[in-house]
Amino acid sequence: MSVELLNFIETVLNGLMSGVMYSLVALGFVLIFKASGVFNFAQGVFALFAALTLVGYQTGQVPFAHVINELFGTNYHNWYASMPNFLAIILTMITMIALAWIIERLVLKHLVNQDPIILFMATIGLAFALEGVGDLMWGSDVKVLDVGIPSGGSVWLEEATIGLAAEGSDYYGMYIDVLNVWATVIAVILVITLALFSQYTKTGRALRAVADDHQAALSVGISLRTIWILVWAISGFIAMVAGIMWGTESGVQFSLSLIALKALPVLILGGFTSIPGAIIGGLLIGVGEKLAEIYIGGYFETGALENWFAYVMALVFLLFRPQGLFGDKIIERV
Amino acid sequence: MSLDDLKKIPYGKTSIELKNISLAFGGVKALTDVSFDIKKGEVFAIIGPNGAGKSSMLNVINGFYKPTSGLINFAGTDRNAMEPEFAAKSGIARTFQNIALFKGMSTLDNLMTGRLLKQKQNFLMQALYFGPVEKEEAEHREKVERVIDFLDLQSIRRTPVGSLPYGLQKRVELGRALAMEPEILLLDEPMAGMNVEEKQDMSRFVLTVNNELKTTIVLIEHDMGVVMDISDRIVVLDYGKKIGSGLPEEIRDNKAVIDAYLGVSDE
Repeated sequence: MSVELLNFIETVLNGLMSGVMYSLVALGFVLIFKASGVFNFAQGVFALFAALTLVGYQTGQVPFAHVINELFGTNYHNWYASMPNFLAIILTMITMIALAWIIERLVLKHLVNQDPIILFMATIGLAFALEGVGDLMWGSDVKVLDVGIPSGGSVWLEEATIGLAAEGSDYYGMYIDVLNVWATVIAVILVITLALFSQYTKTGRALRAVADDHQAALSVGISLRTIWILVWAISGFIAMVAGIMWGTESGVQFSLSLIALKALPVLILGGFTSIPGAIIGGLLIGVGEKLAEIYIGGYFETGALENWFAYVMALVFLLFRPQGLFGDKIIERV
Repeated sequence: MSLDDLKKIPYGKTSIELKNISLAFGGVKALTDVSFDIKKGEVFAIIGPNGAGKSSMLNVINGFYKPTSGLINFAGTDRNAMEPEFAAKSGIARTFQNIALFKGMSTLDNLMTGRLLKQKQNFLMQALYFGPVEKEEAEHREKVERVIDFLDLQSIRRTPVGSLPYGLQKRVELGRALAMEPEILLLDEPMAGMNVEEKQDMSRFVLTVNNELKTTIVLIEHDMGVVMDISDRIVVLDYGKKIGSGLPEEIRDNKAVIDAYLGVSDE
């Protein structure tokens, strides 16, 4: 094989794996959008908040320590030195479920039957509020997150691929981060579990029913409120997985919530209402981005093609297929 | 055609009584001071010209609309309004004028949603999907298969309902309501847009359900032939007001009703 081909394969693989993460965040958006018609702007902040909370539990941080110390002149920082990873993850899950419940109670419940734009505005408010709460609760410093997922380049793959290049060429093997491989495996398991759950269980059936038709769902006795809490909790859970992966890679910091906005071009590609669309859209954006960076990135002096290329892809796509790859067809009845 | 395994309802007593129901949307009065009662086990028709408030009445009964004033006596209690979830739990099932099915799901899954309230296994057990859960699914599946047989839906069991022709969609919607084993079945224009043959089928289904299961049927329908044939009692609405009620033959001779349908001459 030629070195060019090997480089191309490496780029595509890396693109696919970063695409999986985009898919995961986009999936959170799609689930909520299908079930409650809300475009949840706060999805990225969910990921951030989950990661912050996880680190907080792991390291025994006292929530709101800064506020408490300021008010009462105390000096609390940590309850305990550390907590087992799996316990911390379970506690974070419970927190995300509680968060979903609180959001339903405080926000959604009061906005039933309002225009989508009003609900959208509410989620923008929610995003900022939650970011503020996260800051107050856990502090704004960049934190290291380590839940024991291995990271670093895969030595095995590097060694296995060195021999593939043509004799005498200057090739050092493929570089793939093990963390990304783990992220991909976990995301795939998550998606399959979700698919099985929604296909074969009673609650899953109720979930699909609500996504399809609110009135009909009410008429067979499905409680919209329960389903909404469930959907927001699942989205919170997905956000947590994304938060763990990104947090492990680049530290838990507030810019995490912005990365999540990459899900927007993914949704435009895949369609707002399609779960397979979210997955394939994420992969396309991931691969497209990486390929563009490598092959045409050199022509842009400012670099950082990766930051905006996805949006350009989405714009071009909008011209030809505004409903996305798998979205519901837009039909205007006259 | 047999419905032996589905629950049967006792006949005769008042099932639901509507007392002086009024409903307004802003300044628009959809219903004004409408009272009637529905007896257990009867086929009760609500008729009237377009915009008379028939669908609004149905929406009041199953809790989609909250009346502005008036009371609903149901299950021994006077209520200001019903809740859709409570209505479903108390055995009120319905179909819609503009079919409301879960379009992305198969016929079978649509009917299975009708069983949701009767499935007892909790969320966690469901997530694990083993032992009792599987057994319960099978039990409900059996009831649904009964309904599928009854309505002749075998051939479209796995078809996503969004791709079915209109008449069949109406039938699946009836199936979903039947899968709930309702005590009261609200049908909003079940035969609209159907040809004569389809109408005959639908009438036969409705009558069989009523005869064999003693299910109370509340029906909105424009085809007077069908209404006169299958109803036990009829109430007539016009511009949101009740203008007549009684047995089919009484309605046929009621002057106010004839005027509402045909218009009044100036003589």
